[in-house]
Amino acid sequence: MRLFLHELAAQQRLYWRSREAAFFTFVMPLVFLVLIGSVYGSSEVDGIRGSTYLLAGLLGYSVIATAFAGLAITLVVRRESGVLKRVRGTPLPTTTFLAAVIGSTLVVIALGALAQLLVGRFVVDAGWPSRPGELAVALLVGAACFAALGLAITGLIRSAEGSSALVNAIYLPLVFISGVFFSVDSLPGFLQAVAEISPLTYLLRLVRECVVAGGEGLGGALEAIAALAGWGLAGLVVAVRMFRWEPREA
Amino acid sequence: MEHAIEIRGLRKSYGRREVLHGLDLNVPAGEVFALLGPNGAGKTTTVEILEGYRERDGGEARVLGVDPGRATSDFRARIGIVLQSSAVYPTLSVGELLELFAGYYPSPREPGEVVRLVGLEEKRDARVRTLSGGQLRRLDLGLALVGDPELVFLDEPTTGFDPAARRRAWETIRGLRALGKTILLTTHYMEEAQALADRLAILRDGRIVATGSPRDLLDGHTTVEIRYRSGVEEVVLETEEPTRVLHELTADALAAGRELDSLQVRRRTLEDLYLELTRDGE
Ligand SMILES: Nc1ncnc2c1ncn2[C@@H]1O[C@H](COP(=O)(O)OP(=O)(O)OP(=O)(O)O)[C@@H](O)[C@H]1O
Ligand SMILES: [Mg+2]
Repeated sequence: MRLFLHELAAQQRLYWRSREAAFFTFVMPLVFLVLIGSVYGSSEVDGIRGSTYLLAGLLGYSVIATAFAGLAITLVVRRESGVLKRVRGTPLPTTTFLAAVIGSTLVVIALGALAQLLVGRFVVDAGWPSRPGELAVALLVGAACFAALGLAITGLIRSAEGSSALVNAIYLPLVFISGVFFSVDSLPGFLQAVAEISPLTYLLRLVRECVVAGGEGLGGALEAIAALAGWGLAGLVVAVRMFRWEPREA
Repeated sequence: MEHAIEIRGLRKSYGRREVLHGLDLNVPAGEVFALLGPNGAGKTTTVEILEGYRERDGGEARVLGVDPGRATSDFRARIGIVLQSSAVYPTLSVGELLELFAGYYPSPREPGEVVRLVGLEEKRDARVRTLSGGQLRRLDLGLALVGDPELVFLDEPTTGFDPAARRRAWETIRGLRALGKTILLTTHYMEEAQALADRLAILRDGRIVATGSPRDLLDGHTTVEIRYRSGVEEVVLETEEPTRVLHELTADALAAGRELDSLQVRRRTLEDLYLELTRDGE
């Protein structure tokens, strides 16, 4: 536990010092919330006030951006540069290391969610989430699922240069079709079909049940929890088989 | 004597190509052992098998009594590592990084003391990404030592060091030896091997072609090289009887009233032996 906290503190320091990661995962959702929230905040989306819809969407966006994209890119860059290899030569157990890296993304997600809730309530009038406790659980489930997928995808990436290109090519389209900014129902049919398998769609359903007034909480989206668990398990299986500590051997 | 490292018939292939063809090697505890050999001879491969990074394909290996193929956290707490190429977090400072690594070990050295040991006092608060190549390498050495390990693997630890930093690193390594630590190092600098190693092995194409103390290795070869210039021509003589040859040479020159321009008498060095043993097509 001491070792975990020691490493967690280091990972936090590393995160906040990497301006790029901190901008895309922490600052950007806040910027979107304020900018887009003030444009369509008072119109209605899917029968929900626009700013509330957007707040829930951006909570989910933070999870995929931090636990999936940020985690994967960071780990690939560290692997390809040789940092992971050096870390593995120390007595720090690999499980403790990975737990601290993932724990650090949870801290970022939690702080980001808090900031978004405050901005949501006081700047764009999105109100407080109806079920804050269940919202925390929903975000945790989402983070676990996306962290597993993030670890899995590192095994499929071959170079540091390629990592942000590939990761962005996967998660940015998902952000647009999974209902972060606008309703999935407004998409053309084939994109709706893709949205139906996107784990982000399910995370957002779960989050909205916990945010909007009259939402049913976790119990109202059990199929979403099941879908996230399925994606998470699949990610874990791939991660366990494909995760590497060193650049690929020739 | 207790051996810190024991290797029997060690083999390793990458794909279909075998690069280690059955190495045998013992390093007694408390010794500084140098592994020499040309680029691609298999030094890094050997060292990384012993560190637990790479899997061997045959033979036996014991490091501190442990099979390095099953390296655990306890094993890693007892060894220190300088890899030939690796990296550390570029956004941390020298001091932060040493503190971080110190925290991984059960009984580390004091990070401030390690900073002084590798001569990075002035860079203590500098971010890693701002260090020069040689300073980074010194940090690598510091990180290998901060855990106060029993056995230290140094894969070309002083490559890129300026001469003063190299001398200083030698002093550090001698200091470790005085504390009873075992050191396995690889190097391309023969004077480094000569200055530090109790014993060394020369590796060529995945085979050991010579092993012993620097003195023993050179004792078998008592040849002395005599060089001088005669007109525009450079004359090189190799002899086992330097006194007689030199006497004759100088007597002739005196008698003829000539000068032996640029006269040099040189004992064979480790480098000569190395070059001879690793020459292609031998
Ligand atoms: N990961 C790898 N995949 C494939 N071949 C490799 C790999 N690592 C090393 N080799 C090959 O194995 C042989 C030995 O390499 P090694 O790195 O052990 O040499 P070395 O003695 O450390 O050389 P140097 O002095 O250049 O560091 C070389 O022919 C090299 O091409
Ligand atoms: Mg090497």
